[in-house]
Amino acid sequence: MTEYHLTTPISEEDARKLKVGDIVYVTGEHVYTARDEAHERALEMYEKGEKPPVDFEGSVVYHVGPVAWQKNGKWEIVSAGPTTSIRMELFEDEFLRKYSARIIIGKGGMGAKTLGALKEVGAVYCSFTGGCGALAAKGFKEVRAYLWDDLGMPEALWVITAEKFGPLLVTMDSHGKSLHDDMDRMVAARKADVYARIGIKE
Amino acid sequence: MKDPSQVIHDTTVRLLRKAATVLPKEIEEALKAAHAHETDETAKTQFSAILTNIKLAATGVPMCQDTGIMIFYVKVGDKFPFIGEIKDSLAKATRKATADTPLRPNAVNPIIGGNSGDNTGKKIPWINWEIVSGDSLEITAFPKGGGSENACILGMLKPGVGLTGVKKIVVDNAISYMGKACAPNIIGVGIGGGSDIALKIAKQQLLRPLNDKHPEPEVAKIEAEIMEAINATGIGPMGLGGKTTVLGVKVDYAMRHPASLPVGVAIQCWAARKSTAIISKDLDVTYLTHPVEGKK
Ligand code: SF4
Repeated sequence: MTEYHLTTPISEEDARKLKVGDIVYVTGEHVYTARDEAHERALEMYEKGEKPPVDFEGSVVYHVGPVAWQKNGKWEIVSAGPTTSIRMELFEDEFLRKYSARIIIGKGGMGAKTLGALKEVGAVYCSFTGGCGALAAKGFKEVRAYLWDDLGMPEALWVITAEKFGPLLVTMDSHGKSLHDDMDRMVAARKADVYARIGIKE
Repeated sequence: MKDPSQVIHDTTVRLLRKAATVLPKEIEEALKAAHAHETDETAKTQFSAILTNIKLAATGVPMCQDTGIMIFYVKVGDKFPFIGEIKDSLAKATRKATADTPLRPNAVNPIIGGNSGDNTGKKIPWINWEIVSGDSLEITAFPKGGGSENACILGMLKPGVGLTGVKKIVVDNAISYMGKACAPNIIGVGIGGGSDIALKIAKQQLLRPLNDKHPEPEVAKIEAEIMEAINATGIGPMGLGGKTTVLGVKVDYAMRHPASLPVGVAIQCWAARKSTAIISKDLDVTYLTHPVEGKK
């Protein structure tokens, strides 16, 4: 378990150094929020040959629907814990291939398609502790833009300057390892013992 | 004379704000104890993030960005003089707390779509009414997050499976969502009654003090067994591995129909938010879970 402090844009080489179990803190201007609809829109733009309003290369893409408010004309994110990532499994592999983001952040982990794409493009998936909205917001130094606001506050593309945003735990790496898959196997292996405690023999 | 609507309103605004920003002491204590108990590195990082988060939130920001759908449990004394003012005051307070805290607007119309923007709308906030004898009013704000709510289930079991079947459905559910409901969780189980009754009982269990035990030893034993079994899975905080998957399991029951064995399972996340106050007939307010500084 190694601790890394990375600055965006993150290079492929740096992303490939990261292994499951490592802790990452992110600083820099290429930090974006994206849920289902923002992923979909970014992919549509790619299909149409249009350029998205931000640079996704080397970026950090965070699955989150933040609570934000405007103070003195400036947007501020108040609380921003991760949302369940598996919903984005539909789009993430294509998104990674097309835009070369290097760190995807969310909770609960993602599936085989994403794991394959992480390996292919050199990127990782990190888990941020679910529900820790206040802690996440502390790592956001500034909200630079609130784009695609027609999608609504949670689904919009928020453009963030991060400062020591973390701790992010690498749970899927570019070497094909997924802590989420390991957990499934471990829990399955323990099932007989678990059942025995409630009087069930398998 | 104080304005009863205003008192109920102002009290509720404070309850909602406190619920969103400060966990009840006993939950925080349990999370600290769990942190100390874990040996696994990953589990430790999850708990230390949660504990840091709780500290940051206590300065007045929502601990979690999902500030929940608004649910109240109201116990109103049959002699409380202002029963008619309660419903409106709770809705108004919800709108005010949404703007001031701020809370995330979480009330979406399932038919025509669209978010009301203020956490109120048809049947929301939802109020669970209970008439009790007495002359005061007890309000519990219980904002409920979507992630943990999505892990709630109802099983209409065949009575033949017995209590083992009941325990199995609770354990199987925990294994199937694998910590995704922001474990460590608190699980409420309601047995019997009927489909709606079982779920209602299950959810009410989430209001019980974390360290209590069911007064009937047979039920307390079921609680202990389920808790031990789920913690033996190793799912751990956030499903990333560890000893603490649940902080508590609370079971209660109602008589059942001979032909059915309903089991409701309600899941609460570590952000187990609730806040309770009592308003007397003279409109004096006592905050139970979140006392006012300097006051008992
Ligand atoms: S499950 Fe609870 S802690 Fe997790 S995101 Fe939802 S409300 Fe927050």
